Amino acid sequence: MYETTYHRAGSVADAASMMASAEDGKYLGGGQTLLPTMKQRLAAPTDLIDLAKIVDLHGISEAGGAVVIGAATTHAEVASSAVINSKLPGLATLAGGIGDPAVRHKGTIGGSIANNDPAADYPSALVALGATVKTNKRELAAEDFFTGMFETALEDDEIVTSVSFPVPAKSAYSKYPNPASRYAMAGVFVAKGADDSVKVAVTGAGQDGVFRVGEMESALSSNWSPEAVAGISVSSDNLLSDIHGSAAYRANLVTVMAKRAVAAAG
Amino acid sequence: MMSKVTMRLNGKTVSADVEDRTLLVHFIRETQGLTGTHVGCDTSQCGACVVHVDGKAVKSCTMLAAQADGSDVLTVEGLANGDELHPVQAAFRENHGLQCGFCTPGMIMTAVDMIERHGAKLDEKTIRHELEGNICRCTGYHNIVKAIKAASDQMAGMKTATE
Repeated sequence: MYETTYHRAGSVADAASMMASAEDGKYLGGGQTLLPTMKQRLAAPTDLIDLAKIVDLHGISEAGGAVVIGAATTHAEVASSAVINSKLPGLATLAGGIGDPAVRHKGTIGGSIANNDPAADYPSALVALGATVKTNKRELAAEDFFTGMFETALEDDEIVTSVSFPVPAKSAYSKYPNPASRYAMAGVFVAKGADDSVKVAVTGAGQDGVFRVGEMESALSSNWSPEAVAGISVSSDNLLSDIHGSAAYRANLVTVMAKRAVAAAG
Repeated sequence: MMSKVTMRLNGKTVSADVEDRTLLVHFIRETQGLTGTHVGCDTSQCGACVVHVDGKAVKSCTMLAAQADGSDVLTVEGLANGDELHPVQAAFRENHGLQCGFCTPGMIMTAVDMIERHGAKLDEKTIRHELEGNICRCTGYHNIVKAIKAASDQMAGMKTATE
C-alpha cells in the first residue's frame, strides 16, 4: 500500500470539509473493497476519510411504509435486523450472503453501493425495491444512482447518508455465488410492491452493472409463479464473460435464479 | 503520515506511533510482537488473520490499525485463562482440529465469534456456512467442524450449569 493519511470524521459536515482539503481523498466505509484495492496498489488516495464512526450514518428505522438504513450500517446488522427480516426478508437474505462473516462485520451498505461493483449484491435490491438513495446533497432514485460498471451518479465529495426502501408485499433474492469469492455470478432480486407493481433486477451478470428484465416483470405481473419466468431468457449480448463463466452461462443462470427467487418469495 | 494509535489489546492498553497505512495485523504482529495472528493470503480470503474488534470477528489484514484506534481488540493469545485453554482451543486439541496449525488462530477466533452470535448448540450446517471465510489446506475441515460442534455443546452445558 502506498502512503496515505487517515482521518476519522465525526460528522458528515466534518467529512465533507476533510475531503475539500485533501489532494486526492477517498471516503472509507468498511474498507472491505477499498483496502484490498489499495494493498494491490490499484488505488492510492492521498487521504482516507473514515465515515464508520459517524453516529448519524448508523441505524435501521421504519416509518411511513419505508425502512431507512443508515449508510454505515454493516451487512451483519442488516442481516440480523428484526425489522428487515420481517419487512424486507429478501434484503436480509442478500446481506447475510455477502462475503463471509468477518467481511459482513465491516462492510457497509453505503460503501457497497458507492463502489457499484458489477458483481455486488446490493444494487439489485435497491433497483428492484425502488429504493431512494439519500446523500448530503440530494435524493436519488436507485435507477438514477447506478450509472455503469463501478460508476454512480455520486460527485467526488458527495456522501451517501442513507437508503430508504419502500416496504414491498413480497421480496426475495437468489444468487449463484462464485465459489471462491462469493461475489454473484448472477443474482436476481424480485419484488412485488405494495401497489402490486413487479420489478426484477439482476446483478453479477451485466457488463454495465445492475439491470431490469422487463419481460419477466410483465410475466410475473399477471402470474406470480416460478413457471412464469421459466421460459424467459435474457440476451447474452451485454453480459459479462470471463474465466468464471461465459455470457451464455450467465444468461442461463439469470433465469434459474429468477425462478428460485420467485419461489422463495412465495 | 505517522499517527499515534491506542487500543486495548487482550485487556491491556497499548499505544504506538505507526504509519497511517499500517494494517491492524502488522500492528499486532510487528509493533506489539503478538505473532499468534497469522497472515495467510493477504487478500482478505483465508481468515488466518481473524481477530475480534469490539466483540466482532474481522480480518485484521483488511483493516488499518488507525481504524481500531480506541477499540477493544482480542487475539488468540487473549483467549486462555492463564494455563487453562478456552473451551474452543481445548476442543481443537481434543478433536485433532488442526494439522499444520497455520489457519488455527483464525479458525478459533471465527469459532468463538460464531458461538457467541448463534448461542451454543450449533448445528453442522451452520458451522460449515459460517466457516466460509476461513481456509484450511490440510484437514478437509471435518475435524474443525467436529471441534467447533464439541466446543459449542460444551459451552451450552457450562451455561446451563451456571444458570
